[in-house]
Amino acid sequence: MTRWKENPVLTVEHLTMRFGGLVAVDDLSFDIGRGDITALIGPNGAGKTTVFNCVTGFYKPTEGRLTVRHSSGDSYLLERMPDFEISRDARVARTFQNIRLFGGMTVLENLMVAQHNPLMSASAMSFAGIFGLGRFRRAERRAVEHASYWLDKIDLVERADDPAADLPYGDQRRLEIARAMCTGPQVLCLDEPAAGLNPRESAELNALLMYIRKEHDTSVVLIEHDMSVVMEISDHVIVLDYGEKIADGTPDAVKSDPKVIAAYLGVADEEVELVEEEVGL
Amino acid sequence: MSDLVSESRLKASFKDSGIAALITLALSFMLIGMRTEISIGGLAVDYRWAAVAITVVVVFAGRMLLNMYVWRPETPRTVTFRTVLLGLSILAALVIFYLVDRFLGAVAGLSPARAIESNDWLWILLLLALAVVAAIVATALLGLAEKRAAPTGPGAAASIKAGLAPLGKWLPLALGLLAVAVPFILIEWLGSRGSRQYLDLAILVLTYIMLGWGLNIVVGLAGLLDLGYVAFYAVGAYSFALLSQYFGLGFWMCLPLAGILAACWGMILGYPVLRLRGDYLAIVTLAFGEIIRVILLNWYDFTGGPDGISGIPRPTLFGIEFDRGDDGFAALFGLQYSSIHRIIFLYYVILAMALVTNFVTMRLRRLPVGRAWEALREDEIACRSLGINTTNTKLSAFATGAMFGGFAGSFFATRQGFISPESFTFIESAVILAIVVLGGLGSQIGVVIAAVVMIGGFEFFRDLQEYRMLVFGLLMVIIMVWKPRGLISTRKPTIGLKRRTGISADMVQEGQG
Ligand SMILES: Nc1ncnc2c1ncn2[C@@H]1O[C@H](COP(=O)(O)OP(=O)(O)OP(=O)(O)O)[C@@H](O)[C@H]1O
Ligand SMILES: [Mg+2]
Repeated sequence: MTRWKENPVLTVEHLTMRFGGLVAVDDLSFDIGRGDITALIGPNGAGKTTVFNCVTGFYKPTEGRLTVRHSSGDSYLLERMPDFEISRDARVARTFQNIRLFGGMTVLENLMVAQHNPLMSASAMSFAGIFGLGRFRRAERRAVEHASYWLDKIDLVERADDPAADLPYGDQRRLEIARAMCTGPQVLCLDEPAAGLNPRESAELNALLMYIRKEHDTSVVLIEHDMSVVMEISDHVIVLDYGEKIADGTPDAVKSDPKVIAAYLGVADEEVELVEEEVGL
Repeated sequence: MSDLVSESRLKASFKDSGIAALITLALSFMLIGMRTEISIGGLAVDYRWAAVAITVVVVFAGRMLLNMYVWRPETPRTVTFRTVLLGLSILAALVIFYLVDRFLGAVAGLSPARAIESNDWLWILLLLALAVVAAIVATALLGLAEKRAAPTGPGAAASIKAGLAPLGKWLPLALGLLAVAVPFILIEWLGSRGSRQYLDLAILVLTYIMLGWGLNIVVGLAGLLDLGYVAFYAVGAYSFALLSQYFGLGFWMCLPLAGILAACWGMILGYPVLRLRGDYLAIVTLAFGEIIRVILLNWYDFTGGPDGISGIPRPTLFGIEFDRGDDGFAALFGLQYSSIHRIIFLYYVILAMALVTNFVTMRLRRLPVGRAWEALREDEIACRSLGINTTNTKLSAFATGAMFGGFAGSFFATRQGFISPESFTFIESAVILAIVVLGGLGSQIGVVIAAVVMIGGFEFFRDLQEYRMLVFGLLMVIIMVWKPRGLISTRKPTIGLKRRTGISADMVQEGQG
């Protein structure tokens, strides 16, 4: 039942994040299993985005320990690392709740920026690049191939040379995921990737996530409000409410947890059965 | 009904114009009404109440006109109409001001009366012609802009754009060839004596183009608003001047050193300030620019303070001096000695330096570091989530820009032979920034056009005296109304899978760091 505890790629222990008097995340611990798709759910303001911001280094957690273990055996303590190192070395990539693409750059350029670090070392801090040395040219060609691979996966090859801001919303969401994947992450954190998608786009997204899990050494953590998406693709669900974990288990187990239902319906635990009767569950 | 409306509007406009006139009165009471004059035994105050009256009346009338016809029209006016009216009224004000100053000066007490000279009429005609041309250009361009905004398929605008596309490709090459040929054309045309002035101007323009390109890296690509760019120009100039003074080094030896020193200064200044963003960054860079100047001004023992440094060595051509001597350039090449040789040489030196700047910038743009600069301008947070060290990336932009500023500075020093802190005031930073912004953030060719227009035009209209400031202010207003993102506002992608088409400016971010 607790498969994710056996070989976790990310371990969160006693994570607490305070903003002044507000405790956004309170003593939260969980494991993310390697190769799983894990869903982090909870009502609005539960602290889900805050957890992501702590994991990816955008916030420095007030307390707690965050450990990433690569399949190669290396491990990293995220709470000590600045945000760009978390992406570069610990290989945790993310997307944002409000899309953050480089709108004035083309789709392909967005994916090239994501491969900044390998390209940078190939260009020998730009010196080899300025003189157009072969090593850099080869590295760049490989980067373009890598980008094309992801463009193909998100079905945007035709639009590779259009500015990212020109894409429809659903395509922008998928491009942001592809861009994160171009960094070669071990953990991919997606903040509400299905928000604002129509059913067809939502199905495409599910397929993309399933593909990533199957073909790449990347574990996916996603924040999601759409229960049908959560139930369909996730292996493991963690439920937050007011910064605390109220449930942690397989989708089926979580679905029938009275605490979860109570949190989502906004009532106290004891009243759940009453409310369930009323709404005819 | 409409009577009622227009009557109430008349009343409101009257009130508004009255307030404007009162404010003008309060302001001009001191600013225009009184003037200190040097008189025997000290200063005397000279009163100019007629000028105050004229100002107040002009403001009242102008405000009234704007109120009645521009700001609250009964029928919505088109952008074209409003802009043309704006342009015309500014130009009309300019002409009125000129006329008042020139011919009614005695009446208004503005300045001593002058006899009408024949070339005054020339200037008036020129101003009027400028007004007409500006109006026509504004109408045409705004008409195009409106058509483009209306979604009616490929219209005239699209076809014009398509027609201009090959121009964009060949323009840089043509400009480059022209730049190489300039000295010969000038000498052929004006003789070596007459062309000297224009060659000097061309050197000045090229210096500003190089500075514009350097600053473009920082402001245009990385989106960091740097108001103290002149500091690096100063560091470059003083590095060379001091190195030559204390160690007797020559220009070619000092050129790389000056660039490296300026880049180091860029990093030293950049490191603490680059965690600031937007307005704060602008203010701190401005302050740093001033600090450098003030240090140069006050460290008398080392830099000579306000006296500056003179006797800075001239550049040599592989050790050959441009002088009258037996081993000078003219003698060695069997030419008649002429001071124009050195000017031509300086022209080619700065042309080569500018072209190198351009080449390196274009190259860097296509390298990961350049893409990271642009990504930083687009979205800094996204950059960090992709593992880009934003501090280092900003520093590299700052240092690269500073380096080119330093190169340009040491060229400036060798050209002038004399430098003092006075050449590195804030206004220089402002001019360079204006070139970058007018040209279009991030656009290399835009910088060239803007520098030619701003520096070249500014010198060309020297005869207009103080009015050239007004003309240039007007030009800038027109450009900023018509093209708020600068003359060349499309961004060319750095890499293409199949094609590379320009990205229109409204999608490109300006950056806030
Ligand atoms: N930088 C911050 N400063 C102060 N309070 C913050 C900050 N970031 C988040 N919070 C607070 O922390 C709480 C949790 O916010 P968070 O954005 O993590 O919620 P969420 O679960 O992602 O909600 P949603 O589903 O609406 O995205 C909220 O009360 C929010 O106001
Ligand atoms: Mg959120």
